[in-house]
Amino acid sequence: MDKLILGQYIPGDSFIHRLDPRTKLISSIWFILLIFMASGWWTYGLLIATVFIAAKLSQIPIRYYINGLKPLTFLILITVIFQLMFSQGDTILFEFGWLRITQEGLINAVLIIIRFVLIVFMSTILTLTTTPLEIADGIEALLRPLKRFKVPVQEIALILSIALRFVPTLMQETEKIMNAQRARGVDFSAGNLLERMKKVVPLLIPLFISSIDRADQLAVAMTARGYHGGEMRTKLRQLVWSRNDWLIFGIFTGLTLFLVVGRFII
Amino acid sequence: MSLISLQNLFYRYTTSSEKFVLNDISLTIEKGEWITLIGANGSGKSTLVKTLNGLNVPQKGEVTIDGLALNEENIWTIRQKVGMVFQNPDNQFVGSTVQDDVAFGLENIGVPREEMIERIDQALIRVGMENFKQMEPARLSGGQKQRVAIAGILALRPEIIVLDEATSMLDPKGRAEVLSTVKSVKEESNVTVISITHDINEAAQADRIFVMEQGQIKHVDTPEEIFKLGEELIDLGLNVPFAEQLKEELARRGLNVPEEYMTEERLVEWLWKYDSKM
Repeated sequence: MDKLILGQYIPGDSFIHRLDPRTKLISSIWFILLIFMASGWWTYGLLIATVFIAAKLSQIPIRYYINGLKPLTFLILITVIFQLMFSQGDTILFEFGWLRITQEGLINAVLIIIRFVLIVFMSTILTLTTTPLEIADGIEALLRPLKRFKVPVQEIALILSIALRFVPTLMQETEKIMNAQRARGVDFSAGNLLERMKKVVPLLIPLFISSIDRADQLAVAMTARGYHGGEMRTKLRQLVWSRNDWLIFGIFTGLTLFLVVGRFII
Repeated sequence: MSLISLQNLFYRYTTSSEKFVLNDISLTIEKGEWITLIGANGSGKSTLVKTLNGLNVPQKGEVTIDGLALNEENIWTIRQKVGMVFQNPDNQFVGSTVQDDVAFGLENIGVPREEMIERIDQALIRVGMENFKQMEPARLSGGQKQRVAIAGILALRPEIIVLDEATSMLDPKGRAEVLSTVKSVKEESNVTVISITHDINEAAQADRIFVMEQGQIKHVDTPEEIFKLGEELIDLGLNVPFAEQLKEELARRGLNVPEEYMTEERLVEWLWKYDSKM
């Protein structure tokens, strides 16, 4: 149930934990762009080193990162197989009937794995070291310019933070409903894919109904506590830009320059 | 002047429905009182307390809180004065952590950040949750979540705390936790407490008990008097206290038990003296 690391913040006080969520959000996206700019083994080496250092700095055991990878194993595997089978290339390593595996295909497959792992690791660093609320705050801050175009940024941020806060609650609820169904003889692991999907329907309906009920009660509780929209609200959580945040942006600018130079000159 | 005064309140959910959920309710509550509302399900207890802060707007009648007649202008001031703890601990926890949740109400009324931090700390100390500041709700027990809800209210410096079946989803330990928190808070700051409950121990804390039946207040009396109703209490949605159950059983066996309501301790005292010749 909780294999997918979403809002599974690990408390800590590392260098990465203390960074501004805006910095972490921007650099995660920036990093993904960098991955697609990479060319040649040494650039990949550089990116791998960056992720490795960041993961190390977060002071979170490596198994949490590997756990974040697990749900995507299947997706990675499929992509790799496609790359292996359908890549064009001249250097044939292995041929059997219509199946032909080329060196280029193999290299592409390895690169795809590296890219996947890098992206997952980087976003896992973000989610492990940043509380869901900080992420919501970061997104709010980054979207703030849109307020000018009448986008209800504060409301969106509140919706987001409440949604994140209820993820564990709804997971527990799903578990409860599943157990209730199991007690009535439902076996969730039996049958083929279609049959198993059919068994999810009686899970979703009670889950939906109770979610609507929850939303209703939450709205009443929020009203009772004086919630009435954005304008005059103050905020407990304030984002503070520190020297370390500038440092990260410096490093990323450096990395980008390096990669650009690497791509066009070398 | 009374802290709370309701005058001839009528309320129905839809204008088409014949029956009024609240049918001509008038009452006054003084500052510092502890009031318990009991009554069968559907008797209108929850509907009634929700008129105190304008969550339900009565079709007829007047609500006055602390000298302010409830209307659209001062509804937000009144909501700050009347704090509510609801039944489900999860469905009122807005923040992602304990301190964010306590902050929610303060953010809504625009308290400056510095003052907010101070008030949050004070409120958490008063409910004994100061060591849980950074915790997520998923890692708290039901009783702890309800105590955080109380802290969220205390931070707003309310006049009145309403417990709308706030202990009904908790285990006995959580129930005792929340109850003792409310008691200590009440002693410290003399807030007025209104609790809706099916729990006899909670009801016994009250200065006065209001018994509701079909949208009206049928009796108002002290717990001692109300608990004399005996088995009728079950129809009113209260679980009869263990001491009363025991007394009934003893009377059935021919013992001459005293009429008045007794706490468990007093019953024990009476029991061990019963056969003594001194």
